[in-house]
Amino acid sequence: MLADKDRIFRNLYGIYDWGLEGARRRGAWDGTKAILEKGRDAIVDEVKKSGQRGRGGAGFPTGLKWSFMPKQSEGRPHYLVINADESEPGTCKDREVMRHDPHLLVEGCLIAGFAMGANTGYIYVRGEFIRERERLQAAIDQAYEAKLIGKNNVHGWDFDLHVHHGAGAYICGEETALLESLEGKKGLPRLKPPFPANVGLYGCPTTVNNVETIAQVPDIMRRGAGWFASIGRPNNTGTKLYCISGHVQRMCNVEEAMGIPLRELIEKHAGGVRGGWDNLLAVIPGGSSMPLVPAALCEPLPMDFDGCASVKSALGTAAVIVMDKSADIVRAMARIAYFYKHESCGQCTPCREGVGWMWRVLTRMAEGRAEKREIDQLFEVSKQIEGHTICAFGDGAAWPVQGLLRHFRGEIERRIDEYTANPHPDPMRVAAE
Amino acid sequence: MSVRRLAPADLQPKAFAFSAENLAWAEHEMRKYPPGRQASAVIPLLWRAQVQAGGWLPEPAIRYVADLLGIAHIRALEIATFYTMFSLEPRGKFLVQLCGTTPCMLRGSEDLKKVCKRRIGEEHHVTADGKFSWIEVECLGACVNAPMAQINEDYYEDLTPANFEQILDAFAAGRKPRPGPQVDRQLSAPIGGPTTLLGPEKS
Repeated sequence: MLADKDRIFRNLYGIYDWGLEGARRRGAWDGTKAILEKGRDAIVDEVKKSGQRGRGGAGFPTGLKWSFMPKQSEGRPHYLVINADESEPGTCKDREVMRHDPHLLVEGCLIAGFAMGANTGYIYVRGEFIRERERLQAAIDQAYEAKLIGKNNVHGWDFDLHVHHGAGAYICGEETALLESLEGKKGLPRLKPPFPANVGLYGCPTTVNNVETIAQVPDIMRRGAGWFASIGRPNNTGTKLYCISGHVQRMCNVEEAMGIPLRELIEKHAGGVRGGWDNLLAVIPGGSSMPLVPAALCEPLPMDFDGCASVKSALGTAAVIVMDKSADIVRAMARIAYFYKHESCGQCTPCREGVGWMWRVLTRMAEGRAEKREIDQLFEVSKQIEGHTICAFGDGAAWPVQGLLRHFRGEIERRIDEYTANPHPDPMRVAAE
Repeated sequence: MSVRRLAPADLQPKAFAFSAENLAWAEHEMRKYPPGRQASAVIPLLWRAQVQAGGWLPEPAIRYVADLLGIAHIRALEIATFYTMFSLEPRGKFLVQLCGTTPCMLRGSEDLKKVCKRRIGEEHHVTADGKFSWIEVECLGACVNAPMAQINEDYYEDLTPANFEQILDAFAAGRKPRPGPQVDRQLSAPIGGPTTLLGPEKS
């Protein structure tokens, strides 16, 4: 198990003071000036060497992403944008960072902003997190007050940081939709290329990073890339905030080493699966967009990018949703399909029309009120959504359905058989209106 | 996608304007963005307008915010209809937003839905005393404290039908219950106490 001294988020549970004084006691803002004095390239190199991959879902190497920013400004300002639009079902980690360790995020923003030549940063917080954005704003005000950020601050790099908020659109967690929203438009994802590093916010070079990613940066710089890289496995380094929800004894957030076996994670921190490990039905390892993993494949399952990929799923945001044998798996996935139906931005036809269609079919399948040929049809439709939309959220809507069909096709067939074997007072068919 | 329309004309007030305090706040907000990019502030301003208007966004408020930002009315209108946190029709003094997405559903949000239906009525219905209305929303991001609901600004977590009823009773009686977990628990730490971070604050 990860030792407490290797944990970055020392105030994860909000036991201690979140403010500047408390954060300093826990090591924040220590030697920040010396870090900046190393220079832009050295910081980017250090982050590259640490092997840190983005914590927001896609797992893109952070240092590499930063290196895409133009080295010299050609007149356009550079922007750092923090994605705090945490909306992926199952995920509730950035909220803890914002309300309990906000100074790690603020300090990380300064370092990241410096490393990419940005003098302005925006933190886009989801609209529902009203208390969290108040807390974050309070921390930023403290940092301004103490001259840690802002114009002519003690660190010698002018940096303004603003809190912005959304108003309840899941799609704004997609980086280009987030930028559109930040510009005051509907959150409709942009076509890429051009990528945000060339044409981002207001048409200027922009990097969008997740809250947890940036909040880890000060510790990576203070303790060194070697420390971070020594935790976890190659290509899957560092610590990670896991959110364990669903059918476990004690749901919780916990910071653990990357690659911790799923069973250990659940049993050590969440008190185990309800009714014991043998009562496990399936796990969604990385937030609702990722395919589920049936119990048979859950052990051994190292909880990192490569581990989850080996069972045709993905680590995503490391939001572990556990389902025991009492769960109605088809209904649970139908509810996820409803989520995507509700949250589709409507820009691309396959997603806008297809996701609602998948939800309606899955709802019928949950009752067994379907035909077996529709299972293949459902799979086919999900394949026509996947990869045929502007943003990756079409894929995110299709994968959970594909995961269900891959592993629980038998269960759907059983329900259909059961339904057809029993007499039903079906209502008389009337013309569709 | 959800189809959302403005409230009928007879519900709409004649005019809307920010209070002096909100106007000063709005001007400060607009300065967060580079010159010429004030349109960026449209969501925060509409949100403030909704708060001032008593929890819903009347049509004159949308036009007012658009004029303040110097953008076409339709630009603000499409924001108001796209983003689901803008209530386009009047709602109860206390808006219960019950999370129904899978992590909450697995932990019993459907029982809470029954409580809402029994006490308040159908979704969007405002009780006769004007105090309550409820809607089912998608994941609010407090999944390890499921099931949960947001009542106005605050999250109420680790709900059961029994403690949820008590919370609604308290709001009905004019008291404000303590937000956060409704069971003995340190926020998102496991029930029974954390398994990590047991040492001193700084090790």
